[in-house]
Amino acid sequence: MVRVLLNAPKQVPKGQPFNVKLLISHPMESGQRRDAMGMAIPRHIINQIVCKLDEEEVFRMNLFPAIAANPFLVFSATAEQSGTLTITFTDDNGVEQTETTPVEVV
Amino acid sequence: MKRRLLLAGSAALLAIRPAQATPVQVAALIRDLVGGAPLTQGNMKLDLPVMVENGNTVSVTVSVDAQPGAVHSLHLFAEGNPLPEVMHFSFGPRAGLPRVQTRIRLATSQTVIAIAQMRDGTFRQDSVDLLVTLAACID
Repeated sequence: MVRVLLNAPKQVPKGQPFNVKLLISHPMESGQRRDAMGMAIPRHIINQIVCKLDEEEVFRMNLFPAIAANPFLVFSATAEQSGTLTITFTDDNGVEQTETTPVEVV
Repeated sequence: MKRRLLLAGSAALLAIRPAQATPVQVAALIRDLVGGAPLTQGNMKLDLPVMVENGNTVSVTVSVDAQPGAVHSLHLFAEGNPLPEVMHFSFGPRAGLPRVQTRIRLATSQTVIAIAQMRDGTFRQDSVDLLVTLAACID
């Protein structure tokens, strides 16, 4: 489990785009670096993020080692009805983690 | 000779990893992505600083001048990084404005290219030439 900040407005107007901010605490080890002994440090990054509002997809993102440590993302979504915004991300070890935040349409 | 080997095929590419990607590799990736579809400059914006002090975290914003839902996906490539792909981002039915902000690593002064794939099958492109003072990926 890693620390995640998922920040969406508590209330959003129906059908209007709103911004969501996501910050994941993760080293995003690029696989390009070597340790003090000269051994390559294995790659360990978050390679996919999927965001859904209830069952409908907001975005799907493939990440590469060129994404900076502690991936930060600002994206836009729209809601027609109140629901739950879900972020699911997968790292190189196959570990999956999910974060949710409620979105209320006014 | 080494360069010819690298260009020879993806197997060779995996075996001997180059210190940097090359514009040729990026052009090949873009060609794979776009295929024969029309690719135009403009009507989208890749927002990056021209002078980057710290290549370890560079804030980047990609936005497309289009209606929500008109953009299929965004793709970002860095010609001077060891691995040229930066991100692939596809919009779903609940996406809002076609705009994404994130933070990337840049290994050296280089050209960064953003491609937007539209739902109508066309592609748009924008690029930024930038200078990096402190490089990422060194240690």
